[in-house]
Amino acid sequence: MLTPPFITKPTSVSQIMLHVMLALIPAIALYVWFYGPAILISLTLASVSALATEALMLKLRNRPLAPFLKDNSALLTAWLLALSIPPLAPWWLVVVGTIFAISISKHLYGGLGNNPFNPAMIGYAALIISFPVHMTHWLTPHGLGEISLTFSDQINYIFSGLLPPNITLDAITMATPLDTLKTQLHLDHPVKEILATMPIHGRLAGQGSEMVALGFLLGGIYLLWARIITWHLPLVYLGTLFGIAEVFHLADPQHFVGPLFHLFSGAAMIGAFFILTDPVTSPTTHKGKIIFAVGAGLLTFLIRTFGGFPDGMAFATLLMNLCVPLIDAYSQPKVFGQKGKSK
Amino acid sequence: MAIPGLSNGGGEVRTLHQFHGGVHPLINKTQSNGTPIMVVKLPSKLVIAMNQHAGNSAKPCVEVGQRVLKGQAIGLPEGRVSSAVHASTSGTVTAIDHQVVAHPSGLPDICVTIVPDGLDEWAERDGVDYQTTSHSELRHILRKAGVVGLGGAVYPSDMKLDAHKHKIKTLVLNGAECEPYITCDDLLMRERALEILRGAEILRELLQAEEVLIGIEDNKPEAIAAMRAAVAAEQHVAMEVIAVPTVYPGGGAKQLIRVLTGIEVAAGVRSTELGVQCFNVATAYCAYRAIAHGEPLLSRIVTVTGNVERPQNFEVLIGTPVNELMALAGNKSDTKGLIMGGPMMGVDLPDETVGVTKAMNCVIASSPALFPPPAPALPCIRCTRCADVCPAELQPQDLFWFAKAKNFGKAQEFHLFDCIECGACAYVCPSNIPLVQYYRFAKNEIWDRENETKAAELARERHEYRQFRIEREKQEKADRLAQKEKAAMAAKQVAAEVSAMTAGNPEASGDDTLQLRIDAAVERAKQQAAEIKPANTEQLTAAQQADIAEIEARRAKIRELAHPDAKERDE
Repeated sequence: MLTPPFITKPTSVSQIMLHVMLALIPAIALYVWFYGPAILISLTLASVSALATEALMLKLRNRPLAPFLKDNSALLTAWLLALSIPPLAPWWLVVVGTIFAISISKHLYGGLGNNPFNPAMIGYAALIISFPVHMTHWLTPHGLGEISLTFSDQINYIFSGLLPPNITLDAITMATPLDTLKTQLHLDHPVKEILATMPIHGRLAGQGSEMVALGFLLGGIYLLWARIITWHLPLVYLGTLFGIAEVFHLADPQHFVGPLFHLFSGAAMIGAFFILTDPVTSPTTHKGKIIFAVGAGLLTFLIRTFGGFPDGMAFATLLMNLCVPLIDAYSQPKVFGQKGKSK
Repeated sequence: MAIPGLSNGGGEVRTLHQFHGGVHPLINKTQSNGTPIMVVKLPSKLVIAMNQHAGNSAKPCVEVGQRVLKGQAIGLPEGRVSSAVHASTSGTVTAIDHQVVAHPSGLPDICVTIVPDGLDEWAERDGVDYQTTSHSELRHILRKAGVVGLGGAVYPSDMKLDAHKHKIKTLVLNGAECEPYITCDDLLMRERALEILRGAEILRELLQAEEVLIGIEDNKPEAIAAMRAAVAAEQHVAMEVIAVPTVYPGGGAKQLIRVLTGIEVAAGVRSTELGVQCFNVATAYCAYRAIAHGEPLLSRIVTVTGNVERPQNFEVLIGTPVNELMALAGNKSDTKGLIMGGPMMGVDLPDETVGVTKAMNCVIASSPALFPPPAPALPCIRCTRCADVCPAELQPQDLFWFAKAKNFGKAQEFHLFDCIECGACAYVCPSNIPLVQYYRFAKNEIWDRENETKAAELARERHEYRQFRIEREKQEKADRLAQKEKAAMAAKQVAAEVSAMTAGNPEASGDDTLQLRIDAAVERAKQQAAEIKPANTEQLTAAQQADIAEIEARRAKIRELAHPDAKERDE
């Protein structure tokens, strides 16, 4: 029997996820432009492992396969994870990360809609803790290194770990700007000197990576325009990160890099528009979203500046994910007719 | 946010308000609003349900075989919240029995079946002049005429017209008709605007309201024009037709009141407490017919649309079998089921042969092509599209979670009972979760549990009172015995003293002194007796008295719960 309402708006979970994946395309395109097509291999590997893991877990949990495989949520997790790890990482790294993300952080908690932590960030955290060295092999953007790999060289390296003769790994990879900055600051170099001598430094942050960040920003604007996400999380997050970085930078420019460097480095942009905005793991109320984004922004800055890891986005997200039930409970808005009245 | 509205030519621009959320489903009204209202001829039979309104069912007051006239009462109101039901045409009562009625439960209820005699012969009817008739008399006429809210709630109109308790500033006339497909109010306003306004004037008089605001969604320009013309023609002062933005559920009473006046009527609060009362335009029309012409509510406008050849509005006698109505509109062969009401809040009709009721504003012939079954529900992804559209400003995703987990306490804490079940949340849900069903389930569970607790509480109190009574009787008996004994002792003592005195030295003491001493002894005995007064409630300990007071207070509360209207009736 049908139950009211008998009509529904033609939106679906799979459509929403698809929109988000579409919004990743500009960043992926820029990625390929600056770093070569290796990222496409990671994306494919992650997608295949995600779907396989999803199917296996659904089977184990006695859930129907078709509706969940079609919901695109596993694919989106896979893409976000693939975009968070170095494209030249060995094939098994991305596979292990994806399997971990889908099986442990999603399905063991009850599958779609029930995971308290962002699966892609759990996958990332597992990898950076377990395989820290592999997670630092970031490619040098085109035109910066003396040598660049061809596509077949990249594929070859991902699957076999072998580089063409007379090319070393160091020649084709480079520490990220955030990493370089951190190391150099430890050696007591002033920020200005570090940035001036950093070969990778571009207009705002790292060459190439700043453009990819711009791609994420473009995609994020599309998501806002398509009303897939609201402004609360990304805007407040970026605003907080900018604000706190600016305060520290103004107070002590020798030791603290400027706010734009923060916004266009690392995972800030992808995090603001694609990670924090995961509805399952973020607060539901507008007020809650603002609290969540402020917390994530502050934590990102603190971890980047004072913590042990060069980037702080993933851990900031996970720590704030932890607070979501509490934030939701204490940020309930007043209902119709109750405004202006004390509770 | 406020939207400048159109003024009624008075120069003053009315500021409209907005309510949170809302959705914009396809309105699908043009199918049925292009043709005038068609008055349906007599059907083969009338199946008139006794429960056509909110509150108690009417009590049948006719017999099988009896001839009834058009407008004759066949069911009388029972109790305070109830209304009368009438024969919609003249004919013979052929059955008074349980039949399936237009209710989603599909459970049979008492109906009176009348076979029309074709004469359509009216019972005696007389209109009154509302200006020279007392308010209580007018209310009585409305109750006798079976006038109930035709916007959907079918609440007896006389109950809403008591002006004494609160000062009413604004009478809101609801012509918003926000549900897709439904056009019965639209057509009524286009064709019978004058009568609606005269009805509104009667309602205004009864409420002693200062102004009448008529809210119509701006997707009905013809109705707005007709009503404005009528207001101008009748020279109604303090009556204003206001075009309100088309957004579902803008026709909900609370939402329309908010849009027109800015007042938010919270759950559990009556709008009259805030100086506003709201009636549907069709109710105003029927009130006018009842007062001015003495005509009970015998028919209503029903939109028949959906999978039919000729979607249209019909003026239908109450009790007309729905299938005869569908035949008039040309029901298509692939129709699968009928929806009573609109596609957002309507219900599946359990049977095609049920009689038209006062609540039936629309019948939509459903087909899989028109209303495809929803895709299987996925888990909630907390996207809060539901919260964005909820006009009650609830967090539907949380309510869903609590209802699913049967965490009813939490659901209530999150204002489950503020939900008006408009279905906007389910309409936008990308996971296709039937949210409204979850809320209804939770509400029903909570009501059931409350009733159970109430019953248990009542039983416990009865038991406690019985225990107390037995204890008290025992105590009283013991007191009586003790008192008897003491009195006997005192008498004995007096006798002993008297005898001792007389036996002692009668000569020396003398008569006077002896008499004095006897008197003193008798006095003492009396005093002693007085000290052991027969005890009942006065002799109880403080603790016992506190117990009694508590029990009495509880009993008073139960009486109040059992008869919530007793107080009001007394007033």
